[in-house]
Amino acid sequence: MKSTGYSGKWLLLALPLLYLTLFYFYPLIKICLISFFPNGTWEPEKLHSLFSTSIYLKIIWFTTWQALLSTLLTLIFALPGAYIFARYNFFGKNLLQAVMTIPFVLPTVVTAAAFRALLGNNGLLNSWLVTAFDLAAPPIRIDQTFYFFVLAHIFYNYTLVLRIVGNFWAGLDPHLKSAATMLGASPTKTFFRITLPLLLPAIGSATLLIFIFCFTSFGVILILGGPGNSTIEVEIYRQAVQLFNLPMAATLSLIQICINFFLMWLHARLGKNSTIGFFGDSAQETATRTKTTLQKTIVAINLLFMILLLLSPLLALVIRSFSGKNGPTFAYYLALFTTQTRSVFSVPPISAVINSVGFGIGAMIISVGLGLLASTYLASKKGRHTTMWDAIIMLPLATSAVTLGFGYIITLNTPPLNLRDSLALVPIAHSLVAFPFVVRCILPSLRQIPDNLREAALLLGAPPLKIWQKVDIPIIKKAVATGGVFAFSISMGEFGASTFVTRPHTATIPVAIFRFLGQPGDLNYGQAMAMSTILMLVTSTAFWLIGRLDTPRPEKDIV
Amino acid sequence: MQAKTKHLLKVTQLCNSYEGSPLLQDINFSLESGEILCLLGPSGSGKTTLLRLLAGLENEESGTIFFEDTDISLIPPHKRNFGMMFQEYALFPHKNVAQNVAFGLEMQQHTTGEIERRVQKMLTLVGLKGFDDRKIDELSGGEKQRVALARSLAPEPQLLLLDEPLGSLDKTLRDRLALEIRTILKSFQVTSIFVTHDQSEAFSVADKVAILHDGILQQFDTPENIYRYPTNSSVASFLGFRNLLRGKVDSNSIFHCKSFRLHLGNTPSISSTDATLLIRPEGATLKNPPSAGSNRSSITGKITKRQFQGSTYKITLISDGENLVFELPLDPPVPNTGCLIHLTLSPSSLVLLAR
Repeated sequence: MKSTGYSGKWLLLALPLLYLTLFYFYPLIKICLISFFPNGTWEPEKLHSLFSTSIYLKIIWFTTWQALLSTLLTLIFALPGAYIFARYNFFGKNLLQAVMTIPFVLPTVVTAAAFRALLGNNGLLNSWLVTAFDLAAPPIRIDQTFYFFVLAHIFYNYTLVLRIVGNFWAGLDPHLKSAATMLGASPTKTFFRITLPLLLPAIGSATLLIFIFCFTSFGVILILGGPGNSTIEVEIYRQAVQLFNLPMAATLSLIQICINFFLMWLHARLGKNSTIGFFGDSAQETATRTKTTLQKTIVAINLLFMILLLLSPLLALVIRSFSGKNGPTFAYYLALFTTQTRSVFSVPPISAVINSVGFGIGAMIISVGLGLLASTYLASKKGRHTTMWDAIIMLPLATSAVTLGFGYIITLNTPPLNLRDSLALVPIAHSLVAFPFVVRCILPSLRQIPDNLREAALLLGAPPLKIWQKVDIPIIKKAVATGGVFAFSISMGEFGASTFVTRPHTATIPVAIFRFLGQPGDLNYGQAMAMSTILMLVTSTAFWLIGRLDTPRPEKDIV
Repeated sequence: MQAKTKHLLKVTQLCNSYEGSPLLQDINFSLESGEILCLLGPSGSGKTTLLRLLAGLENEESGTIFFEDTDISLIPPHKRNFGMMFQEYALFPHKNVAQNVAFGLEMQQHTTGEIERRVQKMLTLVGLKGFDDRKIDELSGGEKQRVALARSLAPEPQLLLLDEPLGSLDKTLRDRLALEIRTILKSFQVTSIFVTHDQSEAFSVADKVAILHDGILQQFDTPENIYRYPTNSSVASFLGFRNLLRGKVDSNSIFHCKSFRLHLGNTPSISSTDATLLIRPEGATLKNPPSAGSNRSSITGKITKRQFQGSTYKITLISDGENLVFELPLDPPVPNTGCLIHLTLSPSSLVLLAR
């Protein structure tokens, strides 16, 4: 049966598509144009020089290499953690699991600040060592080196392995292992012949995701890596913002876009084949208590490592934000409210907080509005066209925020679409980053609504709009709320695009932290720590709220 | 196959508990080579725990399991050469049908040719010839069950453990496959222990039935003896018997309960002040009026429910406050609900239970 409102449904998609065209495809096309026609003419030698000068290849190689190393190290450290989370129950497991998600949802700038707070030259560990051993200079000198951001990458992606591989592992039918045992396989053989092959899709998926995140990592590398360590993202920023070499930035952006699309395509492809149905008990039922001393030791070592790696930077950040030259102080927090003469800002830094909240709300409204329209269209139809539109809507997800931000300054700062001084520029950039997430939140619950529910409402005399209001909205409101909080917290922590599109008076919290970190002096450093602590609190709360929304609650409970 | 000893498997004083609460208490039984034993009991009775202890997948707290007169408690499960078929089959999803069946043979390090030959033999035996390259998620429930059976039999286990192997199939398929499993197990002459909660399945598959309830082995006997002489009321009610009366037996082998006086006939007379009597539903005949003086027992009561079942009528009778269920033949015609009837009970339909 053909849907009656078929032609009308196109209108639902029209607005999101127009928005994408203006604020996504237009900047991307401009990037292509600038890299191929830097002066308005076709200059193939530009492309030729791209592969003849070693600088591009060197950047690409360094980007790939650091991503590979970060991924490998993350897997080495996190896989044992995934194992103990999947297989054992221990005291405080649930709490630890909740706390473990914080690093993953932390804005990159906060992560960078937290690592500075712990291991930087003025970091907690160095100051302790200097005092304890009466040293002349800080003994740990990894700030502005390669090691520093690789460590941050491990910190970031550890939870990803824990979640993806750990949950998958816990969900494996425990009878498969028993079956192998009963067929005569020793524990080692069972692991290599049964468990490991079954885990491979999950490990593969986690590996590729970590690689993608490390490949497009921007904030931590920019702040922790120093000038010698340029990845594609960082180099786009340097070329565009510091050296004003727009053609080179455009070419790098183009390379980044191509690689990203390829990686995301690969991830989607792999994801398709890894859907093996496992009828397993939940994690709680398959996990057992630790029995032998060996098991207890393995669990203890892993937990100690997790706490050291994942919690100590966060703790250091909070401690640093409260410790002045002469003991505990609120000075850094108080300083956020005043305009410093020597400060990098002409307005009180707290205005960055106000900006961020305002932009966050704006980005949330835009992305939820567009997300609702697009999801309603996608949920109403099934088929090849829907899959295609779905993929197009997801494209911003496969584009790094830095390339998006760069695209904005070369398109939206000039006519015909001059938004240079508009307050809307930042929320627009953020909404594009958040929009695909919002669709992914809303679409599944919209698709869960059975058609006969709407048909029943129709036969009871409700017009289409009323059906949407009375049937669809009440069912999906939790998903919409989740999408909204998601969009808000993405906007609060967004750094890559913001470095391009914010102006001094529209600086957001992450941009302010970045500027504070770049300035010398105790007060700037302390204010960076204080602001990072605030942002950490905000994003953790937001994601805690999302977790709460996800849990099934009684009908009458108002979300 | 020649049995080396009389008892292939002997379990003595086996106990197990989980976090302080007992799961199995003092289990004792033995099994001869080639026999099929069914562990029958409601869920939570400890059947699966017992099976996992035998497999070695869990460790017993106390007691001993002897296999061919050897204590096997220290032998790890993968070296016992026991086979096991799991409830949801636990087929390896990353391997195809032939690879699943071959797994146990590969563990025994047979040559490739030998493995191939035996896989083909097993698939033919379970009626899945040509299914080699099928993926597990392409199989129906019945086909998965056959692959699981083939996989567990392929390494020629000395003892096959089957944990509710038909549990996830629908009723008609279950009845057919139960007989098929028995045929296959018998043709392999493999000693087997089969866990189920379905008594008809147990009766059609087993040589011996062990009834477990609350972690205690209630009765261990042939299916027929279990059905005819349930040892106690918990076995009787698990088997679906409803007419259980508590009373006492006098020295003339007469059972007294309220106003009932029931002659136990030729059963050895055991006078007891606290006894439970089972009245089988199928041994009663309708008669009117009652003939006095006979030493046959009779019951008078009002019909409260009357249900036509094809070959019989199932009626519920209320007599002296007790609800009793009987199955009566179509002739003579059974009166309607509300009528008072008299039933004569044959001595064989009265079974005195131990407790």
